[in-house]
Amino acid sequence: MNTSEQTYKKYADARAVKSPILKNCIWAFCSGGFICTIGHLLKMLYMNFGISEDNSAMTASVSLVFIAILLTGIGVFDNIAKHTGAGTLVPITGFANAVASCAIDTKSEGYILGVGAKIFTVAGPVILYGISSGVIYGIIYYFLTRM
Amino acid sequence: MAHKIIKPEMKIKILSSASVVGREEDRGPLGGSFDITDTKDDRFGMETWEKSESEMQRLALGCAMNKCGMSEDKIDAMLAGDLLNQCVGSNYGLSEYRIPYFGLYGACSTAAESIMLASIMCMSGHMRCAAVTSSHFCSAERQFRYPLEYGGQRAPTSQWTVTGSGAFILSSEDDSNIISGGEYVPCVTELLPGYVVDHGISDINNMGAAMAPAAADTLLRYFKEGHSPSEFDMIITGDLGREGSSILIDLLDAEGYDISAVHADCGKMIYNIDLEDKHAGGSGCGCSAVVMSAHILRNIKEGILSDVLFVGTGALMSPLTLNQGSTIPGIGHLVRIRGDKI
Amino acid sequence: MEILMSCIKAFIVGGLFCVIAQVLIDKTKLNPARILVSYVVAGVILGAVGVYKPLLDFAGGGAATPLTGFGYTISRGVKEAVDAEGLIGVLKGGITATAGGITAALFFGLLASLIFKSKPKR
Repeated sequence: MNTSEQTYKKYADARAVKSPILKNCIWAFCSGGFICTIGHLLKMLYMNFGISEDNSAMTASVSLVFIAILLTGIGVFDNIAKHTGAGTLVPITGFANAVASCAIDTKSEGYILGVGAKIFTVAGPVILYGISSGVIYGIIYYFLTRM
Repeated sequence: MAHKIIKPEMKIKILSSASVVGREEDRGPLGGSFDITDTKDDRFGMETWEKSESEMQRLALGCAMNKCGMSEDKIDAMLAGDLLNQCVGSNYGLSEYRIPYFGLYGACSTAAESIMLASIMCMSGHMRCAAVTSSHFCSAERQFRYPLEYGGQRAPTSQWTVTGSGAFILSSEDDSNIISGGEYVPCVTELLPGYVVDHGISDINNMGAAMAPAAADTLLRYFKEGHSPSEFDMIITGDLGREGSSILIDLLDAEGYDISAVHADCGKMIYNIDLEDKHAGGSGCGCSAVVMSAHILRNIKEGILSDVLFVGTGALMSPLTLNQGSTIPGIGHLVRIRGDKI
Repeated sequence: MEILMSCIKAFIVGGLFCVIAQVLIDKTKLNPARILVSYVVAGVILGAVGVYKPLLDFAGGGAATPLTGFGYTISRGVKEAVDAEGLIGVLKGGITATAGGITAALFFGLLASLIFKSKPKR
């Protein structure tokens, strides 16, 4: 990139209207906190039913996933998320929305190469790098504990 | 040595034009002035968004042909484009017309590009050419950004792809029989094709900043051939939006040309951008096509505007090259349109 | 009272995870997919170095619900599987521990695509 390009890029970046970061953060904090509290309460509820702690935690996540996918399907999630931003993205709801929106959107290209392949557009990287870092950790852990 | 302005020797008349838009556009400030709208779900009765976009082009050209009473055999060529890969919006949409067809890709500048190339074809003699372009929010969103149901936040500088299609029928034939006497006819009098200009912007959410230098480049070349901004009733850019428009005014101001009094931008005109959550304004090749057809050409015909510079702007990128780290090249094609009594 | 306190803790910790991501999105132009991947990997790392467990005990759903919790579950699953089965556990633990969440998201996603149609944004 030459100097005039760099100057222009700096000029364009500097004058660009900035995202209202304080407002966004307040939205993200409140909505994210709210979703996490629901997850927390659901887990306690399931434990009250006599489900084991691990399974209650999983069932609570699955419940949130279900709600998020339902809201995505009826076309409400994106209208909420344009305000809440990271507040709906970071909890498991964001992952669920990414999976469902890709699936619904690619229906027109069929269930194999459309939905089947594109459902992993966002879920794929998350799972891939999650389990890969898990594998690296596992190897390190194995050798540290057996040495 | 820069390339010179192309000046057609004969009159190239825009015989008629038509616009087709979706619900959001019809609710905007220009609502009610479009020819055909789908106020229900922007699908135009089709199953997929790509087919909906094609249908808009089919409707737009049909409507424009009706308006000037031209049948397929009286039109020598159609030049059409859209934002989709392989130009499928145009390919499928116009397939039912038995008119020689050329598919174009100029990103959002395609409206100006197709009018320009249609004019150049008309310059070869007695010809009539159709220029058709479209964009659809839903098909563009799928191809360039995220799935429609995806919950994300848009940056304040991002633009909203217009759901719309515009068709124009240009003629270098006599055609005085179909022009009602006393009315102004929009004529293409000067053309200046743009260069591809890349100033290193890589933010897909700030396409106004990527395109503004290209528009400035073409306008500067134009002014340097002895024109000044005050000659025109309006200098209208395609889809620079709020961000790009003020950059363009800044860039030209630095070169000594003040266009602020006459500048307008289709992207800023099509939506109530402060009220409707449209951020920096509209974009897409449907944006300038429908605003030119429904608003600017109408005003020229009614004598409200008589001399307009139209600079169609385009951001010539693809999601593929953006992921590879490439920057966004822009282009600006200039078309001068004057209202003449025939 | 105890429930209320634990909910407040969950709210604040969960909210803070989201605020960090919001600042990253607004300030660095990191796109949402990158944020999600970073959060999962961060969760694995925090779980591996032993920081996440105490946070989870403190905040409950506030640490379990963000995607870092998903990463932590992977690291915990790997650790338990390695303890039980040795090296072969490296390959099994991560997916086993998160199987419920992944399966639910994919299957519900498929169901959603069968039932719903995409709609234009307003």
